[in-house]
Amino acid sequence: MATTAFQKIYTKISQITKATCSLKATGVGYDELATIDGKLAQVVKIDGDNVTLQVFEGTGGIPTNAEVVFLGKAPTLKVSDQLAGRFFDAYGNPIDGGPQIEGREVEIGGPSVNPVRRKQPSELIATGIAGIDLNNTLVSGQKIPFFADPDQPFNQVMANVALRAKTDKIILGGMGMTNDDYLYFKNVFSNAGALDRIISFVNTTENPPVERLLVPDMALTAAEYFAVEKNEMVLVLLTDMTSYADALAIVSNRMDQIPSKDSMPGSLYSDLAKIYEKAVQFPTGGSITIIAVTTLSGGDITHAVPDNTGYITEGQLFLRRDSDIGKVIVDPFRSLSRLKQLVAGKKTRKDHSQVMNAAVRLYADAANAKTKMENGFDLTDYDERTLNFARDYSDKLLAIDVNLNTTEMLDTTWGLFSKYFKPEEVNIKKEFVETYWKD
Amino acid sequence: MTKGKVSGIIANMVTLTVDGPVSQNEICYILLGGQRLMAEVIKVVGAKVYVQVFESTRGLKVGAEAEFTGHMLEVQLAPGMLSKNYDGLQNDLDKMEGVFLKRGQYTEPLDADREWHFEPLVKAGDKVKASDWLGKVEENFQPLKIMVPFQQQGTCTVKSIAAEGDYTIRDVIAVLIDEQGNEVKVDMVQHWPVKIAMTNYKEKVRPFKLLETGVRTIDTINPIVEGGTGFIPGPFGTGKTVLQHAISKQAAADIVIMAACGERANEVVEIFTEYPELADPHTGRKLMERTIIIANTSNMPVAAREASVYTAMTMAEYYRAMGLRVLLMADSTSRWAQALREMSNRMEELPGPDAFPMDISAIISNFYGRAGYVTLGNGEKGSITFIGTVSPAGGNLKEPVTENTKKVARCFYALEQERADKKRYPAVNPIDSYSKYLEYPEFQEYIAQHINADWLDKVNEVKTRMLRGKEIAEQINILGDDGVPVEYHVTFWKSELLDYVVLQQDAFDEVDALCPMERQEEILNMVMDICRAEFSFENFLEVMDFFKKVINICKQVNYCVYKSEDYYKYRHELDAFVATRKQTSGNDK
Repeated sequence: MATTAFQKIYTKISQITKATCSLKATGVGYDELATIDGKLAQVVKIDGDNVTLQVFEGTGGIPTNAEVVFLGKAPTLKVSDQLAGRFFDAYGNPIDGGPQIEGREVEIGGPSVNPVRRKQPSELIATGIAGIDLNNTLVSGQKIPFFADPDQPFNQVMANVALRAKTDKIILGGMGMTNDDYLYFKNVFSNAGALDRIISFVNTTENPPVERLLVPDMALTAAEYFAVEKNEMVLVLLTDMTSYADALAIVSNRMDQIPSKDSMPGSLYSDLAKIYEKAVQFPTGGSITIIAVTTLSGGDITHAVPDNTGYITEGQLFLRRDSDIGKVIVDPFRSLSRLKQLVAGKKTRKDHSQVMNAAVRLYADAANAKTKMENGFDLTDYDERTLNFARDYSDKLLAIDVNLNTTEMLDTTWGLFSKYFKPEEVNIKKEFVETYWKD
Repeated sequence: MTKGKVSGIIANMVTLTVDGPVSQNEICYILLGGQRLMAEVIKVVGAKVYVQVFESTRGLKVGAEAEFTGHMLEVQLAPGMLSKNYDGLQNDLDKMEGVFLKRGQYTEPLDADREWHFEPLVKAGDKVKASDWLGKVEENFQPLKIMVPFQQQGTCTVKSIAAEGDYTIRDVIAVLIDEQGNEVKVDMVQHWPVKIAMTNYKEKVRPFKLLETGVRTIDTINPIVEGGTGFIPGPFGTGKTVLQHAISKQAAADIVIMAACGERANEVVEIFTEYPELADPHTGRKLMERTIIIANTSNMPVAAREASVYTAMTMAEYYRAMGLRVLLMADSTSRWAQALREMSNRMEELPGPDAFPMDISAIISNFYGRAGYVTLGNGEKGSITFIGTVSPAGGNLKEPVTENTKKVARCFYALEQERADKKRYPAVNPIDSYSKYLEYPEFQEYIAQHINADWLDKVNEVKTRMLRGKEIAEQINILGDDGVPVEYHVTFWKSELLDYVVLQQDAFDEVDALCPMERQEEILNMVMDICRAEFSFENFLEVMDFFKKVINICKQVNYCVYKSEDYYKYRHELDAFVATRKQTSGNDK
């Protein structure tokens, strides 16, 4: 970003910390961008003529006489159809060797949608994975994260979901992503011939962490362009939001803010909500759906990041390795899609909700039976049957390698009910039992 | 008026240098380009005034001008608020232009042109005081009152009152003479600062009337009363919102105010979309007609989030002063507390537990204290029932917001992860939850008169049975199915029967979602008859099979339209099946 004529240049920095620089300057706007010896920075505090800047790539190597130029604008992205199929860094500069984007320049992190102008989400997003479609159905305009330990294949599942879902654009926001994972996404998308639907904003582990703070806003600004102006169905993938929160913690720490739970800033909830709430069904038909990843440490969902996320998002998808079948499954207990009732039984078959609940209840009975077995108690005939049911249910439905449509999923579940149980053990409305029970 | 200039900015906290007097919590507007950003004074140090801005401060510069208004954050109260959707500062969201919220856009909360059919309730020469009723208008079939300005001092004499007819809210409908002999012109609009509690009633009495919600685990087990307070804490995913929506849809209240405070926008959309279609089970009219929504969703400015719960409470107080029964729901009070924490943090105050401000306990208790059942000046009764949700960090109830709320709210509905995991909804833990109103003699008397005299004994028996059932479940886990006597299994399964049939309720089933008191009584009697009966079994497997079948039939009963043909069919099936195992001796004494 070159300087233009008549810009005031400051050359006297009074304070430098690991992430911020302070200097005396006037006429500076809050949130405004500046360059410090070419490094991009943003105004985070103004006290009289004392201005504090947060330097995205870190302050290493900045001298006290560095040239500081204020750009008079908040971070922006140029939006146009040219974005499609391109890969960018956190600042929105191409990293795929292609030309710069031409288009309208818009500030990122724009205003919120007026809640009364939103429409209720109602389009089912089918993924083929029964742990999602059957138990935790996704709906366009929803925001939902995967809660997963770092060793779980969440990026693969997410890539699968993205490619199977019928959407117009897929926007990937990678934060603290390993270079290998970045290349994985790039390969999967180009092998699937979907590259023209993909837009990526990537901050890899090789880039400075504070840059990550720009990625979600960049991705969502691009998403808003396609959803609002082109009425497209846009799917935004954000991985990994825990890295994003870590960057927030770094900045707030450098600014001497009092940390709240787990060393996270007190504003973590609002900071995350601002991103996730960009998921919306617009009245004109376009929509933004957000699927994110929140990595956990040892499955602990009480940590501030997953905890606050859970309160913001419309459910969560919990991945777990099931030792009985040796596959990764979508855990039916801890997973939840809050919007599923908007489509379950409406866009899918009528028995959907009851079948789903009954299966999960029986799966819970199996978990109790398993505890009994592990404690060395005799199992009843019912216990044995629930255990067998659970094994089949895990393998045929919960496993992430399943690819079925929802009617097939329901039929499969009824098949398992009939194989192992009597109708009164399943507790489903009689009209459904009469129609679907397989004798 | 006092003016100021911006001298510092950190996120939405701005410092101003002022040229005159300002008061704590005074509202000012900061000028940015052509926009006016609303802000509230939160701290004063000499000529330096700290304000929290209700909008984004992006692009704001040192030296920007600010104008003070001389008053605190106020709401305008008049007919025309029902079925409106407001933001936390009482801007009418439907009047805003465009899909996106624009900074500095404030809209009129009331409709100036709409005419109301006014009927006077006083005549010239009458003596009136602040909040006395001067006349009435009807809005959505609710009898609203036009009152003497709440701030009016002393006794006034009515000089003239408008004749019955159609008037707008700004038309003068009465002229009063105050004690000093000055004329006071009264229209339909009241102003009130949101952070100050209205005390325009004669006395606050102990609440005693059951507030029917149609949710069995509340009405039957831990009832809430008109003018009562309750709170619903629970980890995410345990069904807080579903339970709250169920209460707001079904509660027997005249006015329902929903404050969506820092929560998901799509949940508000659900209300916008569904309530205009759904019928109020008590009057048959559309639910939206009695509902006001205050939407300050999680992505809207943080400072306005704090204001939103006060705005909602002030509106509730306005309707209470008319003798109406108001239900106020706030989802979630934790987000409000977090808004306070963010500000306290920016002001560099010394933090209390979990970095919340030290006075969080006082703030919460003052707020809950504004609810209540009151006798008005003219002897009429009005009530505000307040139910707040709490979102405890990590699902741990030992955190400041939950603990401080527990001190003041009289009903506690503890949502439990374990129950939610097992899909036992509503996931209200029957053992930890409580309603203090069960201990109120006034309430006991009311129940004895309106339901029956042994109702509360039965309710207590349910609680004892649930506790016993839990104890036995633990013993069975340790000792194994064969390690405990068969009678233990019977007791355990009786508690399961209570759980499945009384406590659990399908909020998404058309019939089961709403359970009127009459039906709750019948369900409880049906189940308690079985619980109190003696059965004979050879072994625990028989017990399990028997009760599973019983539960299944009872569930079918719950799914049937009350007193329909199917309903009786299943009732008879149940009686016949229960009789197969019932010991006739020992029970018929």
